[in-house]
Amino acid sequence: MNSLSTQFKEKFADAVFIDSNGQDVFYVSNDDYLDAVQYLKTDCDITMCLDITAVDFLGCNDRKIIDGIELERFEVVSNFISHKRNERIRFIVQLEENHPSIPSISLIFPGANFGEREVFDMFGINFDGHPDLTRILMPEEWEGHPLRKDDSPARIPVNFTDDIPALREDV
Amino acid sequence: MTEIDDKFAAFNNERLFDQTNEGTQGYKKKEVVITGGPWPQDITDETMVVNMGPQHPSTHGVLRLMVELDGEIVVDAKPIVGYLHTGMEKTGEELTYVQGCTNVTRMDYASPLSNELVFSLAAEKLLGIEVPERAIWARMLLVELNRISSHLLFQATNGMDVGAVSMMIYGWREREEVLRVLEKITGLRMNHNYIRVGGIAADLPGDWKKDVLQVCDKVEKGVYDYDGLLSANPIFQERMVGVGVLTTEEALSLSVTGPILRSTGYAWDLRKEQPYLAYDKVDFDVITTSNGDVFDRYRIRLYEILESIKIVKQCVENMPKGDYRVQDKKVTPPPRARIDESMEALIHHFKLFTEGFKVPAGETYTAVESPRGEIGCYMVSDSSSKPLRMHVRGPSFYNLQSMVPMMRGRYFADAVAVISSVDPIMGEVDR
Repeated sequence: MNSLSTQFKEKFADAVFIDSNGQDVFYVSNDDYLDAVQYLKTDCDITMCLDITAVDFLGCNDRKIIDGIELERFEVVSNFISHKRNERIRFIVQLEENHPSIPSISLIFPGANFGEREVFDMFGINFDGHPDLTRILMPEEWEGHPLRKDDSPARIPVNFTDDIPALREDV
Repeated sequence: MTEIDDKFAAFNNERLFDQTNEGTQGYKKKEVVITGGPWPQDITDETMVVNMGPQHPSTHGVLRLMVELDGEIVVDAKPIVGYLHTGMEKTGEELTYVQGCTNVTRMDYASPLSNELVFSLAAEKLLGIEVPERAIWARMLLVELNRISSHLLFQATNGMDVGAVSMMIYGWREREEVLRVLEKITGLRMNHNYIRVGGIAADLPGDWKKDVLQVCDKVEKGVYDYDGLLSANPIFQERMVGVGVLTTEEALSLSVTGPILRSTGYAWDLRKEQPYLAYDKVDFDVITTSNGDVFDRYRIRLYEILESIKIVKQCVENMPKGDYRVQDKKVTPPPRARIDESMEALIHHFKLFTEGFKVPAGETYTAVESPRGEIGCYMVSDSSSKPLRMHVRGPSFYNLQSMVPMMRGRYFADAVAVISSVDPIMGEVDR
């Protein structure tokens, strides 16, 4: 446990700490997430949000059981780095299967903007308070969220229509 | 001119951070958020929205920009990506760890070895194996050669984009020399699939030292030629100095890494700060400049070539002897000769290439410094032979966000120089 994690653990005692292959990981609850990220930025010298991604555990046979955490289908994973202390920290938030939603941190770390849009596009996870939550990699009119495990690759033939709402004359 | 100067001043005051309030208020919310917020609905006749790309020759592939113009001044811009999306992360879930390298190597096609390296390091972390010394140094040699070729590609395209067309030919010429060496070592010019889980695919060829040293001399001479040709050239400087300025605060808040971050005067290089491979055993410098403009980003990449040459030469000097891949029969296929004489070797070979090896359940995020910044691999395993989730943090994807503050309040013609200086590789952005 590095100094960053020690400091964080003192403030957020509910967060569950895991040493994952030598890396510091905290399982943070959805309600605490925004406050925790804000605390990282203001008090823990965290300078950058490196990456935001998500994992879909549907149909996973061998999932690690974490004491004190009720595991859900989706996990949102965010990586942070403190250049000053030269340490990293990772947050994992559990999200339920129906209408997964998590607060957006792109007003605290503007760099998370693209990452959150990608997660929204690929997993259909809603980020509350995001300034521009639109699809980023898939076409606007695409149905479904490709990286969900139940969205199989050959489900529908690829069909890029010319009927883009923004270009329609009658709108 | 005064009118335009006033406009510049007004835009500079409106930058992302209010310097005096930083710390107490943090991010200053604007109506049009800097990283591609909702497009303003109340566009009047005073400004014009111009669509640039995705087939524009200066946009490095298929980057599309929506640019709002007031006369010739860029008011706002929004990068639109996804035209090269091929679902590589989804494909990665269907491929075994043995096959996975062929997939990730196609993401950042200008520096494929960095992708292979980060994928292999992540899988090795989950497996808990350590690769032999020779594999470590060979990986470092190849990644640095790849950094040289990638930065030479930048020099070529950057020169072309700002009007120094002969530079394109020179940059391409030297890059081809480096790729020839990579072809001799790995068998392919690009998409090598040479760095694999457990080591490297094959041992270095017999006369690799001579070739590598020769190409180092050629490139070094080339770098001094470019320096003489461009760096002090008044036309080139006029086009680049003071254009597309990014401050350190903006770079940090927008998750910008690599040469763009270092060009703002912030010395952060993963090779130095969090050494992986054997970077703590070689001597090299981290190049930083302080202005954060397009010219600085050009200079940083130029001088980083020289630093990489330094590392390559030390690799040639210190290359240890021994195995080039880990001697773990569950991960490494047996040598070809053993298959003819041993039944067990044949079985291992067959199992490894049909089913692959199983990786213990767990998750990890591994990061290395690619020529474009921090490339990371987040890998989740469910103790099968395929990753449950394989996510690659493409540095270009996050660096793209920095284009908007660089372009705002400058001439539209400078936008081309800005795109070029970010050096985005769209294959990595869209994955």
